[in-house]
Amino acid sequence: MASAIAVVDYREFTKRALVAGFVTLVMASLLVGIEAVSTVNGLEVATRYRAVFCASIGVAIVYFLMEMLKAGRTLVPLIVSLAMIVLFAVLEWARAEGLPLGDQLPFDSWVVNWGVMLVPLSLALRALFITVRPEAKSSRTKTDARTHGFTGFYLRYNKLFGLILIVFAIGFPFMPFADRRLVDVGTLVLTYIMLGWGLNIVVGLAGLLDLGYVAFYAVGAYSYAMFATHFDLSFWVALPIAGALAASFGIMLGFPVLRLRGDYLAIVTLGFGEMIRIILTNWWWFTGGPNGINDVPRPSLFGLLFERSAPPGRETFAQFFDIPYSPSQRVFFLYFVILVFALFTNLFTLRLRRLPISRAWEALREDETACRALGINPRNTKLTAFAIGAMFAGMAGSFFAARQGFVSPESFVFIESAVILAIVVLGGLGTQIGVVLAAIVLIGLPEFFRDLQDYRMLVFGIGMVLIMIWRPGGLLSHRDPTIFLHRGKAKS
Amino acid sequence: MALFIQQLINGVTLGSIYGLIAIGYTMVYGIIGMINFAHGDIYMIGAFNALLAFLVLGVLGVTWVPLSLLLVLVLAVVITAVYGWTVERVAYRPLRGSTRLAPLISAIGMSILLENYVQLLQGARNKPMTNMLSGGFRLMSRDGFNVEVRYLQVGIVALTIILMVGFTLLITRTALGRAQRATEQDRRMAALLGVNVDRTISLTFVIGAALAAVAGMMVLLYYGQIDFFIGFLVGIKAFTAAVLGGIGSLPGAMLGGLLIGLIEVMWSGYFSVDYKDVAAFGILVMVLIFRPTGLLGRPDLEKV
Repeated sequence: MASAIAVVDYREFTKRALVAGFVTLVMASLLVGIEAVSTVNGLEVATRYRAVFCASIGVAIVYFLMEMLKAGRTLVPLIVSLAMIVLFAVLEWARAEGLPLGDQLPFDSWVVNWGVMLVPLSLALRALFITVRPEAKSSRTKTDARTHGFTGFYLRYNKLFGLILIVFAIGFPFMPFADRRLVDVGTLVLTYIMLGWGLNIVVGLAGLLDLGYVAFYAVGAYSYAMFATHFDLSFWVALPIAGALAASFGIMLGFPVLRLRGDYLAIVTLGFGEMIRIILTNWWWFTGGPNGINDVPRPSLFGLLFERSAPPGRETFAQFFDIPYSPSQRVFFLYFVILVFALFTNLFTLRLRRLPISRAWEALREDETACRALGINPRNTKLTAFAIGAMFAGMAGSFFAARQGFVSPESFVFIESAVILAIVVLGGLGTQIGVVLAAIVLIGLPEFFRDLQDYRMLVFGIGMVLIMIWRPGGLLSHRDPTIFLHRGKAKS
Repeated sequence: MALFIQQLINGVTLGSIYGLIAIGYTMVYGIIGMINFAHGDIYMIGAFNALLAFLVLGVLGVTWVPLSLLLVLVLAVVITAVYGWTVERVAYRPLRGSTRLAPLISAIGMSILLENYVQLLQGARNKPMTNMLSGGFRLMSRDGFNVEVRYLQVGIVALTIILMVGFTLLITRTALGRAQRATEQDRRMAALLGVNVDRTISLTFVIGAALAAVAGMMVLLYYGQIDFFIGFLVGIKAFTAAVLGGIGSLPGAMLGGLLIGLIEVMWSGYFSVDYKDVAAFGILVMVLIFRPTGLLGRPDLEKV
């Protein structure tokens, strides 16, 4: 880390930058430089050597500039990064105009070209920032200051902030800009918020690393789908049953493995998640196999349906209130259903945190041995956390099945568990609002880049790594115990 | 009986591959206590590098099989090792000393990143490869069922044994191995005694990635096709193998790999192919319930 008066050792910088460029060259040499194209005759080779070359040079230059920035020299990085942006802009313009110069752009895909341009852009901004505020030279101290400022701000206005968010969430579908698609995205985000809050009980409060949370989500979804299609149970009747089923799955799984230490638990839950998915795929006569279950009925509002026309003896929402039918009514209704679910989860967690059981979870998270000595039964205590978390996942799963109208094993892959865990951890373990922020960033934002479908997950992965490096404690980091005996150093 | 022997041979081959990958997990876990989630994808990158190296050599006209195998092995190992180094440098080193979950999330992000990187660059369809090493020995023939050992299987097992011997020597006899064991026991004390801890950890990742690349090349030759998603399930199974053998223990990783490979192959042979992964995980749960430290793991005592 650079101190305030760093000696600028350009030879060292050059050496490191060259190493970085060389490493990029080696890494890109085969995977980027050569494409194995499947043809009728087997695999054929296509080369992309300009991309490799540009990437290596680019990485070396950027690395050099970053080292300079760290040492507090801003002028050269600013000029060079601006020059890179201008160069890019000219090439991009040439491509748009159809000039031959436009072929010199480093990468074939315009998305990658634009994405890569963000790097010099952020460098230039950073250089500007340091020039304007020289005291923010060292990145480390700056991050710390902001963590405290931000988290402190959040803690002070916690209630107010939450209230504003709730009001916004309720008013959201009625805003002028909210169309059907946006409300649908909102529903999706809220589903993940509910899952995040549910998992937060397990990971954030009890400190149990669950990598197979999606299994309980799947149990809930399939329970509702099967109850509805085989026994004609309505959504509202099936919901508590699905929740209870998921919770009992949690207990069944947790019972043998919860006495294990954290990482084993992680791998067993991961394995369990995969097992559920494999069973759902292969037990075709029970679960419908890879095709899943279709025609899952939608939820109703006190018996009022959200369909174009009601079967005899039932009424639709539109008929009851004597308004014209519109498909967005159902979208809006589903949005409010999940909003209520999510808020219920939140309220439940907040109340739970005042109960002895939640104190016991937090204590277990911090020091299991001490808890044992104090007479807390670790397994039963953890089991309750596991079961409650699973219950919320089951309920969210039922909602998911009802919203989609069908369920299939494809919706319950490991990536889903990873995404939910990422929401909890990126949001900051144990914070409720952090989960909301992370869900909006991770689920909401990518929905608006549907056109860039191919790059969505790539950006998602990069985002996860970058946020972790930038804020290892999560967006809102605060993991203090709910109560203190002495205001001492909290172990994290 | 013939089926059993055949499945035994297949299981040992598959188990060797799992074992090589499991070593990467167990070493990293031993030294910095994190699950290197991206390791399965490093193995996938190794397989892709091997495939591309084969293609390049084909274009360059290197057709003598032993030479091309050797060159591909070297290329794939070197390039993949650089990937292992970079992943550690970029995604894990900045997080050293933060909470235990942070590197895990970063690793999951890295895994998603690597999968999509390869998918974007090489396409999502699976890549077939022409069989380079066909043929084998026929061990026995009974009731019209031939028990056969492919040359490739012999090669895979032999190479695994060689690597294991070399690797054990590296850990027990060299300065690097000593530094590694010291770092594993007590990172701060090792640093105080002059071990370059960062470098040792980097090298651990490099070695793990190199072994994973060998495994990737073996899978490419053995199954003849790869895609960008192969790393996920194999990664989980290899981690299962590491836990089964006792995480942190190197012979344990190899033993666990062999067991997982055998269980999987035997299950597909005698019960059902569909549930072979369930069988592997089921065994894992059993082991953890009855012997939580794994087969060869040391019980970790906790001091208050």
